[in-house]
Amino acid sequence: MPRVVVDVMPKPEILDPQGKAVLGALPRLGFSGVTEVRQGKRFELEVAGEVTDEVLAEVHQMAETLLSNPVIENFTVRVEAAG
Amino acid sequence: MRVGVVTFPGSLDDVDAQRAVTIGGHQAVALWHGDHDLRGVDAVVLPGGFSYGDYLRCGAISRFAPVMTEVVAAAGRGLPVLGICNGFQILCESHLLPGALVRNDHQKFVCRDQLLRIENNRTAWTSAYDEGAEITIVLKNGEGGFVADTETLDRLEGEGQVVARYLDLNPNGSLRDIAGITNARGNVVGLMPHPEHAVEALTGAGTDGLGFFTGLAAAAFS
Repeated sequence: MPRVVVDVMPKPEILDPQGKAVLGALPRLGFSGVTEVRQGKRFELEVAGEVTDEVLAEVHQMAETLLSNPVIENFTVRVEAAG
Repeated sequence: MRVGVVTFPGSLDDVDAQRAVTIGGHQAVALWHGDHDLRGVDAVVLPGGFSYGDYLRCGAISRFAPVMTEVVAAAGRGLPVLGICNGFQILCESHLLPGALVRNDHQKFVCRDQLLRIENNRTAWTSAYDEGAEITIVLKNGEGGFVADTETLDRLEGEGQVVARYLDLNPNGSLRDIAGITNARGNVVGLMPHPEHAVEALTGAGTDGLGFFTGLAAAAFS
């Protein structure tokens, strides 16, 4: 079953308190060297049949209307090889 | 007036909102998220809570509830709509209001009696207040940080669409201390703090919130 992955990330100019909290926790756990953490969401969509351009266009529509809020988030769409 | 209060799965403050509507001198009409009509109400309140468990994003699923199709269409025709807390989030997700609400900058849920200034008393919901009135009502949210791009913020301020601003401190990182906004027409208002919890002396932070409900009739017929 082909899989389409949609990654949703907060826009760079939007404060990401969750990412900041993770960044703050890392040194407390002894991990050093990380200077920035941004937290987003990953959606894995199992698609029936072939991933055509039409299917991808539809996934873009899903990402725009439901999976992301374009006011505060960016998204990317990619096809993952069947595993 | 007949004021509809929508209950979504996970709404918390629908009964308080109905009570506030009644104390404000109106008839409260319970609306359900699955309704396909608004039962002829003269105004709608989208109450606070955690509709659909805040899954995906606060308000993101509620936006597509059948009743919201009706609310969006009616708001376009001028129906007064007040979204409180989760209701504000739903209004932003529905694009009835600009901007978005994100997690509080300090990460914690905040619950306090909050001092506000009413910046615009020309909306359907704020006509009972003097412009510049300072009121204290309850604030309780985890994702109440109002954000929008600079252009949108400038437009909101320039057009007088900021309805209320946080005064004593900014409790959630909202840009420019914005606690509530309205659309260009002034019939749709989103507010993060809860006026419906401040309508009776017995409970809450006094009765400063009552004006949101008593002012409705004057606004509708002006």
